[in-house]
Amino acid sequence: MGGPPQRETPRPLLPGHGSMDLQTFAVQLLNGVQYGLVLFLVASGLTLIFGILGVINLAHGAFYMLGAYLAYWLTAATGSFWLALAGGVAIAFCLGLALEQLLVRRLYGRDHLTQVLMSYGLILVIDEARQILFGKDVHSVAAPALLAGGIRLTDLQTYPVYRLAVCIFCLLVAVGVFLLIHRTRIGMIVRAGAENREMTRALGIPFDTVNRTVFAAGIALAALAGLVVAPISTVFPGMGDGMLILSFVVVVLGGIGSVAGAAIGALLVGLTDTFGKVFFPSLSSMLIYVVMALVLIWRPTGILGRREA
Amino acid sequence: MTPLLAVAGLEAFYGASQVLKGIELEVGRGEAVGLVGRNGMGKSTLLRSLMGLVPDRRGSIRLDGRDIARAPPEAIARSGIAYVPEGRGIFGSLTVIENLVMAARPGCGGRRTWTLERVLALFPRLAERRRHGGQQLSGGEQQMLTIGRALMTNPELILVDEATEGLAPLVAQEIWRTLDVIRGEGAAVIVVDKDMRAIARLADRIVVLAKGEIVLAGRPAALAATPGLLERYVGI
Ligand SMILES: Nc1ncnc2c1ncn2[C@@H]1O[C@H](COP(=O)(O)OP(=O)(O)O)[C@@H](O)[C@H]1O
Ligand SMILES: [Mg+2]
Repeated sequence: MGGPPQRETPRPLLPGHGSMDLQTFAVQLLNGVQYGLVLFLVASGLTLIFGILGVINLAHGAFYMLGAYLAYWLTAATGSFWLALAGGVAIAFCLGLALEQLLVRRLYGRDHLTQVLMSYGLILVIDEARQILFGKDVHSVAAPALLAGGIRLTDLQTYPVYRLAVCIFCLLVAVGVFLLIHRTRIGMIVRAGAENREMTRALGIPFDTVNRTVFAAGIALAALAGLVVAPISTVFPGMGDGMLILSFVVVVLGGIGSVAGAAIGALLVGLTDTFGKVFFPSLSSMLIYVVMALVLIWRPTGILGRREA
Repeated sequence: MTPLLAVAGLEAFYGASQVLKGIELEVGRGEAVGLVGRNGMGKSTLLRSLMGLVPDRRGSIRLDGRDIARAPPEAIARSGIAYVPEGRGIFGSLTVIENLVMAARPGCGGRRTWTLERVLALFPRLAERRRHGGQQLSGGEQQMLTIGRALMTNPELILVDEATEGLAPLVAQEIWRTLDVIRGEGAAVIVVDKDMRAIARLADRIVVLAKGEIVLAGRPAALAATPGLLERYVGI
């Protein structure tokens, strides 16, 4: 059945033909990295919330979707994608603070079933709110004028500037998150709390505040991913679902609670997905899970996961 | 003059079982109290109750006259108590320096007796291993780190549970020496340990706990003067 013709592999290295392949490869590599970086933004929030608050947040993908709708709405309302970006992140952060105070704090220390039910309920609420505020239409958002257009690779191929900008931006955010967690006192407190909550509190750290901030930051990261993706994807109601599942794959691959692990996992998933679609189109939907299974056989707690004590 | 710590009628429960049965205890500023008793008598529970870590606790706990009986652990820590738990409780995924820095805070009234430099000077071993991860440390180094971390909060009162348990004699000696230095800086100490002689040397007062009650308290010399008294409750 289907699949690419088998003769492709031992292709003679004709001049021109080979360089053309290199171009395609480079473009796919960029696409895979860009996808992985966006995935990292969503998954890093998910892994932090799970690692530090101990809460499984099924609604995480819904905030990604919400971010994309905020990009659409705020760009239309303000006429500026940049304002939309800043405003969307601020709205998501405040929403995160409020939700932690109202709902999520009740989940600390509860069993996972309760958390799954509560956050599933949250998905329904967010979807309904989206329906009321924005309807169920599919939208598109224009890339900001500054980043419109493409970079010429060859006579026939261009690469969109905006996609490249997304790569760089996400990379900067990823580095920022990493530095925040591994090089600042706030990060030390967050890591300490993930390891031993009781001891952290006994040292005078107000854990309520830490929890609330981590949750809101995680939500803001997911929304940020949705915001930056809006101009290169369509904005549609179910866009958070696939993202949620892939984010969970990333979190498990990287090791629960590990931000650096999430970065590796996200790139792995992004590249596997992109190249899988090119080289093994018939298997591409499975390929990510095959990779996940192989990694977990190799390291049962994920690539950078802490071993069970 | 109000004592630094005044505990009255303190009870603590784990579910239905009552572990502390009406503790009355006062600790003065800069005083060192040795808390002793056989295993399972409630020493750790008493320290954890003072720190706000036992959810079901009743009675009155006052620090400097302020009621902290119902306060959460972070508020108790901020009002001037630091805790060195049994079994250390360092953060293994943080480096030595990070373990210390994350806890740094001026004490009551902005007092900064203990800084990173001073804590590292007190424990040269920690200074040598400053970049090491917490889980790479030996038991003695971990205990030094836990004590150093507690000092970084500039406490008025430091609770040390099983100060030298499982440590080699030389390392234990070092711990006792530093507890003496800490006291010299004006912090009060409640220390739990099995080494009666070391406790007698450090402490102004020894308090003996049996089945959740204080059964004996007094100056080390006075308790030692009655042969067989301590042995009955502590079992050496
Ligand atoms: N978390 C707990 N849950 C239930 N019982 C406990 C718990 N911790 C201690 N206990 C019980 O409380 C009693 C006092 O324990 P503890 O305070 O640890 O004594 P000590 O420190 O003097 O050895 C013991 O009988 C112990 O079994
Ligand atoms: Mg004990």
